[in-house]
Amino acid sequence: MFAFEFMRHAFAATGIVAILSGLVGYFMVLRGESFAGHALSHVGFAGATGALLVGMPPFWGLMGATVLAGVAMGLGGRGTTQGRDVTIGLVLSCMLGCGLLFLHFLTTSATRATALLFGNVLGVDRSMLGWLLVLGVGCVLAMAALSRPLLFASLQPETAEARGVKLRMVSTIFLAIVAVVTAECVQITGVLLVFALMVGPAATAQRLTATPGWGIVLSVLCAIGAGWGGLALSWWTDCPASFWISALSTGFYLVAGAWRFTGRRERIDAA
Amino acid sequence: MSGHDGHGCCGGPPAPASPAMPPVDMAHVTLRIGDRIILSDVGLTVPAGAFVGMLGPNGAGKSSLIRAILGVVPAAAGRISVFGRPVGRGNHDIGYLPQFPARSAPRLDGRSFIAAALHGERWGLPCDWRPGRHRRHDAMEIDRVLDLVGAMHLARRPIDHLSGGERQRLLLAQALLGRPRLLLLDEPLASLDPHRAREVVALVDTIRRQLGIAVLFSTHDLNPLLGVMDQVLYVGRGAARLGTVDEVVTGPVLSALYGMPVEVIRANGRIFVVADGVVQS
Repeated sequence: MFAFEFMRHAFAATGIVAILSGLVGYFMVLRGESFAGHALSHVGFAGATGALLVGMPPFWGLMGATVLAGVAMGLGGRGTTQGRDVTIGLVLSCMLGCGLLFLHFLTTSATRATALLFGNVLGVDRSMLGWLLVLGVGCVLAMAALSRPLLFASLQPETAEARGVKLRMVSTIFLAIVAVVTAECVQITGVLLVFALMVGPAATAQRLTATPGWGIVLSVLCAIGAGWGGLALSWWTDCPASFWISALSTGFYLVAGAWRFTGRRERIDAA
Repeated sequence: MSGHDGHGCCGGPPAPASPAMPPVDMAHVTLRIGDRIILSDVGLTVPAGAFVGMLGPNGAGKSSLIRAILGVVPAAAGRISVFGRPVGRGNHDIGYLPQFPARSAPRLDGRSFIAAALHGERWGLPCDWRPGRHRRHDAMEIDRVLDLVGAMHLARRPIDHLSGGERQRLLLAQALLGRPRLLLLDEPLASLDPHRAREVVALVDTIRRQLGIAVLFSTHDLNPLLGVMDQVLYVGRGAARLGTVDEVVTGPVLSALYGMPVEVIRANGRIFVVADGVVQS
């Protein structure tokens, strides 16, 4: 299957996005902000279709919309987006509606909409791959600088504030990173299935280990496993890759849950 | 900057903290949260090494006062100083135990939870992911605070498997990071049964004597603190009174602070404050 260039591109793109999603997703789940990431992807849908409408590349419309929305969420919040699920849910459906409206005016074929909604990993070309890599490296570097205050602010916001951590700034920078990663993830799984790479592996990791270091390692490994496993299965079964990625991600989560309930709990807790 | 001892970190203001200065000194302080006046023209001094219990009706502003001493909430008027220096965030002389939040406990072990707080205000990777010497240094500091609160055995267990009392121990360990000289404990006895409450008070008192630090301990019930605290600070209706239990916990003083007739009943070494026919503590 590696004889074809589009498959090599697909594997490379999925690898980059899986590493990012596993890393950033771990903090999203820890902070209880997984729903916020989901909402960002829907905002991105409106951005992408809006960009198509004015003749711009959809990736940049997507990225612009998610980053703007992420920064707005961060600045508007009190350092956390917890407990705002109604607002987030409303924005989410409104943006999906806007995207639908833009599509209606576009009158292009339904493939474009399907690719945005459910991903088109086999359509990743060389220039897109370059952008995924450049933005990905940027996100990893930003996370390296942010991870310490982010972890402190996520676990103990009151103490962090007293120690001089600027909660709103940390939250806003983090949501901007989440926005970029979401836009990258949409290229693989589509708007509707970003949970599969951003939340599933991180939630699985948090079921398996109680330390952040191992949690992030496991989260990244699960994301790569789901991403590459999904691509391979899609090659062999001729089913959509996004289906397999989401199925594997959910499968990992369920298996991790079963693992915890089968008497091996103590050993995992000691790890 | 090693910052391991927490003192004099981050360049610091011109006036260095002096050990002779009182842990908390307030002069003509007015504290306002929105339209509500928490304190109005209050002056008080917490003496060095003292165990001060802070009491007051619900919503009197005990947490706000603690946050003002931390520098998170600015005073509307007057001056608050901590060891002679004006208040400000990131003061390493203060250890802080916030009210345990209602949000669900993360599935992390106690050691990771404490490690996240160690120099967590700086940029970069979390301290337990750094290489070599730094990590050993940080590991020793975490061991030290875990040992102080007797929570070594809790360090590897996920926090969501711990009881309320065990969590308070870990939070207390976290507050002791960086060798603070003043502990601000916000309702550490909330949702603990009387037996556990006594244990936490005894533990705080032992640590205070061992390290020679001052403690400000807010609570709903003053009885677990009797015999341990040196002074009591009552907050209510914009006023505050600091003094010994015998000076402050009396009918006339509390009636003025509550703004209603209050009776103080002493029985079997316990004190009951009866406000408007309802037993408060």
